[in-house]
Amino acid sequence: MTINLKVWKQKNAKTSGNLETYKVDQVSPDMSFLEMFDVLNEKLVQENKEPIAFDHDCREGICGMCSMYINGQPHGPLEGVTTCQLHMRTFKDGDTIVVEPWRSAAFPVIKDLVVDRTAFDRIIASGGFVSVNTGNAQDANNLAIGKDKADMAFAAAACIGCGACVAACKNASAMLFVSAKVSQLALLPQGQPERESRALNMVAQMDAEGFGACTNTGACAAECPKEISLDNIARLNREFLGASISSQEA
Amino acid sequence: MATIKLDAKVPEGPIGEKWTKYKSSVPLVNPANKRSLEIIVVGTGLAGASAAASLAEMGYKVKTFCFQDSPRRAHSIAAQGGINAAKNYQNDGDSTYRLFYDTIKGGDYRAREGNVHRLAEVSASIIDQCVAQGVPFARDYGGMLRNRSFGGTQVQRTFYAAGQTGQQLLLGAYSALERQIGKGSVINYSRHEMLDVVKIDGKARGIIARNLITGELERHFGHAVLLCTGGYGNVFYLSTNAMGSNVTAAWKAHKQGALFANPCFTQIHPTCIPVSGDHQSKLTLMSESLRNDGRIWVPKQKDDKRAANDIPEEERDYYLERRYPAFGNLVPRDIASRAAKERCDAGYGVGVTKMAVYLDFKSNLINKYGRAEATKLGIENPDLDTLIRLGKEVVKEEYGNLFDMYKQITGEDPYEVPMMIYPAVHYTMGGVWVDYNLMTTVPGLYCLGEANFSDHGANRLGASALMQGLSDGYFVIPYTIGSYLSAEIKTKSISTDHEAFVEAEKATRERIEKLINIKGKQSPESFHKRLGKIMWEKCGMARNEKGLTEAIAEIQALKKEFWSDLRVLGEIDGFNPELDKAGRVADFIELGELMCIDALNRNESCGGHFREEYQEDGGEAMRDDENFMYVAAWEHKGESQWELHKEELKYENIKIAQRNYK
Repeated sequence: MTINLKVWKQKNAKTSGNLETYKVDQVSPDMSFLEMFDVLNEKLVQENKEPIAFDHDCREGICGMCSMYINGQPHGPLEGVTTCQLHMRTFKDGDTIVVEPWRSAAFPVIKDLVVDRTAFDRIIASGGFVSVNTGNAQDANNLAIGKDKADMAFAAAACIGCGACVAACKNASAMLFVSAKVSQLALLPQGQPERESRALNMVAQMDAEGFGACTNTGACAAECPKEISLDNIARLNREFLGASISSQEA
Repeated sequence: MATIKLDAKVPEGPIGEKWTKYKSSVPLVNPANKRSLEIIVVGTGLAGASAAASLAEMGYKVKTFCFQDSPRRAHSIAAQGGINAAKNYQNDGDSTYRLFYDTIKGGDYRAREGNVHRLAEVSASIIDQCVAQGVPFARDYGGMLRNRSFGGTQVQRTFYAAGQTGQQLLLGAYSALERQIGKGSVINYSRHEMLDVVKIDGKARGIIARNLITGELERHFGHAVLLCTGGYGNVFYLSTNAMGSNVTAAWKAHKQGALFANPCFTQIHPTCIPVSGDHQSKLTLMSESLRNDGRIWVPKQKDDKRAANDIPEEERDYYLERRYPAFGNLVPRDIASRAAKERCDAGYGVGVTKMAVYLDFKSNLINKYGRAEATKLGIENPDLDTLIRLGKEVVKEEYGNLFDMYKQITGEDPYEVPMMIYPAVHYTMGGVWVDYNLMTTVPGLYCLGEANFSDHGANRLGASALMQGLSDGYFVIPYTIGSYLSAEIKTKSISTDHEAFVEAEKATRERIEKLINIKGKQSPESFHKRLGKIMWEKCGMARNEKGLTEAIAEIQALKKEFWSDLRVLGEIDGFNPELDKAGRVADFIELGELMCIDALNRNESCGGHFREEYQEDGGEAMRDDENFMYVAAWEHKGESQWELHKEELKYENIKIAQRNYK
């Protein structure tokens, strides 16, 4: 098939960018979306033009590095699928596809489709952990955790930190990302001692990074490639409110 | 230069007491001194993140480096099936000794006893540590941890979190690391690539790293440097590794004097999604855990045109169950891979390319899970549809994400038709040579995780990579680094204006300029593809003297062409993935040559290294213990020149035997 692409090109964070048009021939339906970009980039190199920069690594939907905004949807049209797992059989011969980077003030563009997501790391560093040093653990089976709770914690922990939730949100809110980590640890006994401070600190860091507020439209959960549930945001709201009322911290 | 004497430094004494004795006698560094000792950790996967977090908790000043945009994205994240530990929670006779024994035997008697026993000893603590961090492993209704089986063992010792165990373990280690970053005890440098080790008076004292956003070269000092940079499977171009996985850090260390051990020991994983075309950029693993419930077969009739579901039971050849009745579908990876290749080469392969075999879940889905669920629900004489429906729910819970991934890539639904799979490059047992302390032949330079060679011999058992990465990082290096750093407490921070740093940065800059100034016609990607093709065809699943000799000449020619016709577009001073890739491919080419030299030197078949000249009548691998029971550690002597050093392997606790899974 032949695919027409309109791709965001931007030299670096300081310059402004624009959409450029490319045509890719001989696209196989078995190619992944990123493999189509590989073909295009190889062609650009042959034409002595600089290839398009985009983030990608594992190409099996788990590292969270790929981050394309495809025809107005983060990771493209399929539900529960990252860009790297999106295959060209989803598109038709002659389609025009618009590809942009994640758009959020908290995710500045580095180049072309590559953005800076280190804000997410700083949010985790503010409280997304259990404070247990290596070597202090009791036997793993001393802590019985009911299957239902363990499964819910796992479902929240499946977040890959890609930032699609932020890109999907009209306010560029990071609530789904933050709530997934807060939920995972709030559901487990290991997370209890720091439960309140975790919710307060992570929300404070999220605000400090410049992410927007949550208005519960649910676009984040609808676009999340790992189908992280909106229930987690409800839980975060409860955790945050509870902690705000009862916290001993000034 | 004095000849290198390889000393593994394994403590004396009975195998079960070595580590305990070592721990209580290794010199310590007091808390005040730890604060002034700086450690550089390159790579933030399971080994790197767990080491950095643990060392920072102890009080050392730590810097971490990763080429990804976040430490959480290291390729450990993609590990699927699970992590082994000798907990014996299933009451099925597991013990530290059995895990030790299985690992040595699985590695075809080419791993070091002392290191492997230590790995088995600390395995149980890893699970405790991860659970304490909040890692959500699979659990039973009573709240206890679940286990499943992996290849090469007859017990259930594998802990898991659906098909994404690596993700959950890495996020645990990452959160521990981020906690230290938040406290200021670790400084992290994302989107940075290590491009050289800096040595002063023979000791590793820092690194040169390139900021991949700005292109700037940076100098970083450390009293010790830890390489936790993963394996080199991408030398084959197509592998299950991430696109960015590379050998550059390990290779730079090798050129600075760190010996590279057993480079030809590479693992070809039996169950991967087959190649679909020339556009393919990587291969995707279907976890070994699927062999718990999937049965592998091909049609008994050559070139059978029927669809899988139309081939009746009696016309299917469950060749692993036939050849290896004791272990069946759960033989080790090297054996399962070769058996698949044998069937396909003999003309029994399936699919369009005929280079695939079936991995079929139907019978266990119906008979094992479907029936059990029906009994639980009190359904008498359930019909087939009910069994399928009920069985599907259980299979979905165990492996759901893997089935979805398969469907996404191939367009076929594995709940309805058998998966088609074929072996693919997955892991590298070889790597930087380290002693019992995990120190390389360069003092102060350590190597952890897949990047080192130490624990898996010639073949790694499934679910043991996660175990080794976390063992090295959480439980080994925090002790062993003390034996070196306790003698370094008087060494003050060395200024990065020192001439060694200046020189190293200059050499790095010149190499980058050289790459970008060739201004030839071919992209880094195209050279990588060609290298991969040579390696896969001549140094892949089956190797022989003729092919390896040809490969060496072809790689040398490719190297010449690379350095005269490479085209790297973009700028040095800025974000430039083409330039990053060019540097990595240059190192892969050099490594590829050494791999072929090593494979040519090892005139035997063992584990993942199969030399066609050395096989028995039935096609089983023929080891040569008399001549090759050693670690081949190669010293870099100049362009295309290496000297072989041998570390003889002594087995004092395990009786050497031919591996038998029949």
